[in-house]
Amino acid sequence: MPGTRAFLRRWARHNWQLYALALPSLACVLLFSYAPMYGVLLAFKNFNPRVGIMGSQWVGMKYFRQFFSTSIVWTTIKNTVILSLYSLVASFPVPIIFALLLNQVKRGKRFIQTITYAPNFISTVVLVSMIVLFLAPSSGFLTKALLSMGMRDALVLVRPEYFRTLYIVSGIWQSMGFSAILYIAALTGVNPELHESAMIDGADIVRRIWHIDIPAILPTIVIMLILAIGGILSVGYEKVYLMQNGMNLSVSEVISTYVFKTGIQNAQYSFATAVGIFNSVVNLLLLVAANSAARRAAQTSLF
Amino acid sequence: MNTSVRAVTRRRHPMRMGASDRAFTICNTALMAAVTLLILYPLYYIVVASISDPSSVAGGDLLLFPPKWFFEGYATAFGYAPLLSGYRNSLVYTALGTAINLILTMPGAYALSRRDMGGRGAVMFVFTFTMFFSGGMIPLYLLLRGLRLTNTIWVMVLPGGVSVYNLIVVRTFFMSAISQELLDAARIDGSSDFGFFFKIALPLAKTIIAVMVVFYAVGHWNSYFNAIMYLNDRSKMPLQAVLRDLLILNTITTDMRVNPAEAAEKMKRADQLKYCVIILASLPVMVLYPFAQKFFTQGVMIGSLKG
Repeated sequence: MPGTRAFLRRWARHNWQLYALALPSLACVLLFSYAPMYGVLLAFKNFNPRVGIMGSQWVGMKYFRQFFSTSIVWTTIKNTVILSLYSLVASFPVPIIFALLLNQVKRGKRFIQTITYAPNFISTVVLVSMIVLFLAPSSGFLTKALLSMGMRDALVLVRPEYFRTLYIVSGIWQSMGFSAILYIAALTGVNPELHESAMIDGADIVRRIWHIDIPAILPTIVIMLILAIGGILSVGYEKVYLMQNGMNLSVSEVISTYVFKTGIQNAQYSFATAVGIFNSVVNLLLLVAANSAARRAAQTSLF
Repeated sequence: MNTSVRAVTRRRHPMRMGASDRAFTICNTALMAAVTLLILYPLYYIVVASISDPSSVAGGDLLLFPPKWFFEGYATAFGYAPLLSGYRNSLVYTALGTAINLILTMPGAYALSRRDMGGRGAVMFVFTFTMFFSGGMIPLYLLLRGLRLTNTIWVMVLPGGVSVYNLIVVRTFFMSAISQELLDAARIDGSSDFGFFFKIALPLAKTIIAVMVVFYAVGHWNSYFNAIMYLNDRSKMPLQAVLRDLLILNTITTDMRVNPAEAAEKMKRADQLKYCVIILASLPVMVLYPFAQKFFTQGVMIGSLKG
């Protein structure tokens, strides 16, 4: 049809330059994010590197069944869920409280911000090294402080029961300040007249925080919460992996570190891909569920 | 008369507080001071430990000031070859990686900021979908190996070429900073989309370019996991991977055949050396931090405008 062709020609004339500008980034995403999605087929095949993914033989759900029949499956799922839930419950409110309190500081606000943002720029490797050095049994200053406060021995680093606390506390230390930025920004947008008229009505600071500040940042809180729930099974494996040692594996082996070890270190590609898919699918479901719950409860949602 | 005077004084001192507010302010100030100290002290301790003598670091005598100065740790660190090559590699990966990031992100974000781009919604979906779902670690690894990228410099800079989050931040910036009138005016002057992007949009985007340089560069400098996944040669390892060997896996070798006292002394030195290494590794980021802080904050705020 000549009409269609004319339309297409006009469309192309209007858009080709914009698409040319978008092409490099689009190509990058298609190659490194979408092409691997095709590799998901690996999980359902018995991968043979010589014939590639297409040529390999279909085995259906074999590797998923294999994963769910091992004893490690429940350990890794449990460790992942517990570590994420604990971090969510313990870490999520901290930046919010910090922002609300910082907002009440009259002098030195900028200084406090500069100091508290700084740990965010430290690499994971350095953070974990700091944990290892500070908690070293004989020379660590934190070990000494904890011993003097009545801890029974100096083996914090290798005792599995301390792993989660260490992971979470160091995480709060590193990211509390920086995660608070969004809330601090939302709080500066609060109309000062609201506070003034509340003060005239005799409301004290605590009441004003409760009735003015918290409602003002609630939409931000909900969005951040949805994102946090969506990432519940994707714990920061880079940090977990670094914090692992022979003694704490019973609590520190999470799904993604397990995928890395079986897949890349032991070359069980199909099996590790299956485990990885399980992880991504559960993540996606959690995100969608959290999003729809938030839409119903707070009329705020991500998509 | 009396009441109006009171009203004036009240307006002049709107901060006159009741007892509960005064108590709150005192507690809050104390808490904020405590939090700031808790965050600052570990950072301070590393700096001081890196210039204190090994025995006092190992013995825990160090609290605020070095009991005895000691600078040999730094001398040793500078002489450690893997550290130097790691430093060099990290500089190369960071510079090249950040350049590629910008070349990919800026034009893509500009195109997607244009409301008149045909099929914009679909293209946007192609990008955002990757934030929520991925093929996973193993398929990506096999792809990179199949492309013969593993164990080359390219594997460190290409796969993360575009961060979709950053792309959205830049797109939001373009949408709010460049008006339709500006584009219309340029069009009347005969400007093409290419011309407009390179001659007008890009020069107006200096702030966001700075934000992106900081975001991407710190990311490259601090990353280690890609290196241990995709690289084999020790000579190609970036700084963070070298640090991991040195600091966490403890590969500073201490020769145990020497007498025990000497070995203990060496252990202490090795421990003290770690503090120097941490400082050297964090130096570039920490030197830039006071300047970069502003950009980071801006980036986070623009990103929150609505992705």
